[in-house]
Amino acid sequence: MGTDVAQRRPIRWHIGVFLAPAVLVYTALMILPLAATLNLSLFNVTEARETVFVGLANFRRLFGDPLWSEAFWNALANNAWFFLIHMIVQNPIGVLLAALLSSPRLRGAAFYRTAIFIPTILSFVIVGFVWKLILSPIWGIAPGMLDAVGLKALFVPWLGKEQYALTALALVSVWQFVGIPMMLIYAALLSIPDEVLEAAEMDGITGASQFWKIKLPLILPSIGIISILTFVGNFNAFDLIYVAQGALAGPDFATDILGTFLYRTFFGFQLQLGDPHMGATIATAMFGVILLGVCIYLFGVQTRLRRYQF
Amino acid sequence: MAQARSHFGRSIAAHAVLLTYTVIALFPVFVIVINSFKSRKAIFSEPLAVPTPATFDLIGYATVLKQGDFFQYFQNSMIVTVASLFFVLLFGAMAAFALSEYRFRGNLMMGLYLALGIMIPIRLGTVAILQMMVASGLVNTLAALILVYTAQGLPLAVFILSEFMKQVSDDLKNAGRIDGLSEYRIFFTLVLPLVRPAMATVAVFTMIPIWNDLWFPLILAPAESVKTITLGSQVFIGQFVTNWNAVLAALSLAILPVLVMYLIFSRQLIRGITAGAVK
Repeated sequence: MGTDVAQRRPIRWHIGVFLAPAVLVYTALMILPLAATLNLSLFNVTEARETVFVGLANFRRLFGDPLWSEAFWNALANNAWFFLIHMIVQNPIGVLLAALLSSPRLRGAAFYRTAIFIPTILSFVIVGFVWKLILSPIWGIAPGMLDAVGLKALFVPWLGKEQYALTALALVSVWQFVGIPMMLIYAALLSIPDEVLEAAEMDGITGASQFWKIKLPLILPSIGIISILTFVGNFNAFDLIYVAQGALAGPDFATDILGTFLYRTFFGFQLQLGDPHMGATIATAMFGVILLGVCIYLFGVQTRLRRYQF
Repeated sequence: MAQARSHFGRSIAAHAVLLTYTVIALFPVFVIVINSFKSRKAIFSEPLAVPTPATFDLIGYATVLKQGDFFQYFQNSMIVTVASLFFVLLFGAMAAFALSEYRFRGNLMMGLYLALGIMIPIRLGTVAILQMMVASGLVNTLAALILVYTAQGLPLAVFILSEFMKQVSDDLKNAGRIDGLSEYRIFFTLVLPLVRPAMATVAVFTMIPIWNDLWFPLILAPAESVKTITLGSQVFIGQFVTNWNAVLAALSLAILPVLVMYLIFSRQLIRGITAGAVK
């Protein structure tokens, strides 16, 4: 301490040394490529194979030219549906499971927690193929099980039908990720102090009404965080669709989301050549969508949620 | 008495719901694994039965181990995951220490800059990352994947670790300074051992997405010699769609390492999630 005062602010090299590796790697592989991709979307290649600045023309093509816009709006709408299914199925189930897990004196809570989280750690490749096999009409696990409860007539090859495929895949994704909201809500419920709950019990608020009136308002910030995590994850999704339906996101693009659309455009498929400029344009559009969601959360939702400090 | 009975009833209901969901969560995995040990005929005739001596067959595993280079894939995944993890933890802890320990101009800005990556997925920069890897000749090397995953893991690592480093007692660090330890010695010998539990949490969080990633191996390193196990099993299963024994065995082999790792680290992971969310 004494030396600091005597030398009057020497350059503290160690701060730079501590920060440099992380900042360099992060900047070089994350920030610069992101900036370069945004930049690339403003250029295109002419007939003479020259790269020229085209301003926002790529975006006009993406949103307006029927050749592109149809696929783009389809992917965006599918992505929105994908997200909606997660919000209305995954999060309520997660909250329910967490509420049950956190009930006091529940035996075997650790076992349930560990088991229900298992799908979350599996890769999309495993999850995609496992469900493809189980839902497959050839193998007959799903029809066989429906038969056992007398509902065989309800069986449809869900992944092969245009009107069901996207919903079926969204539900598979819900199956895989329900562990995350469950864990985060569980943690939030555990952190509610006993005094609050005891005070509620003194006032005769117990059981379900205690959950709705006391616990739920207290875990709303966690539900907000889960929603934005789900949003970012869903609008960035690719793997599950690619594994289950291929890059063409069949049947007839019914399961095409922004991630698969980006992959197809950037790398090409079948006879169409890859196009880095339009790929970058789609990536920029995705960036915009994600940024919009994050901003709505940060400025619209998070500031309105009341946080309680215990 | 009435209250005791209603409590009992409620706990039965809770167990029923949790048990049902546990079955839903585990059933698909269970079906795949039991069927991987059965003969082709038994897979189709009785898909839900456990293998009996009559139906037991390892033909699927034999095909997979003969055809696919799974040991190579496994080794590649191991190298990529361990190396990325090492760099994320080392660089992340160093940056977190600088941000939480010292006051300097731009501290807050630097923290926000590094936190950007938590919300913005690195995939959006793929087009430029591929161009950069092509230009530097790193395409189809494990180094390309290690670099990308290090960048991907750093934001969350810095964020979580700096929270924990703020809790390390100042007295301890100042005692070290009085004893003449350099800032580097203070970091490596005093602070790092104290945040080991947090490091383990970050390690688990970082490890799972790296091990399971399909996007970057597919784009940056699709060559046979550098395939990771995730990409390897995806390609392999895609080729053998009609050989059910092989597909089921390959899936079981892909599930196994993750499951073992999870069961070893699950306590760490759950403690990490619960500790992080309390903040």
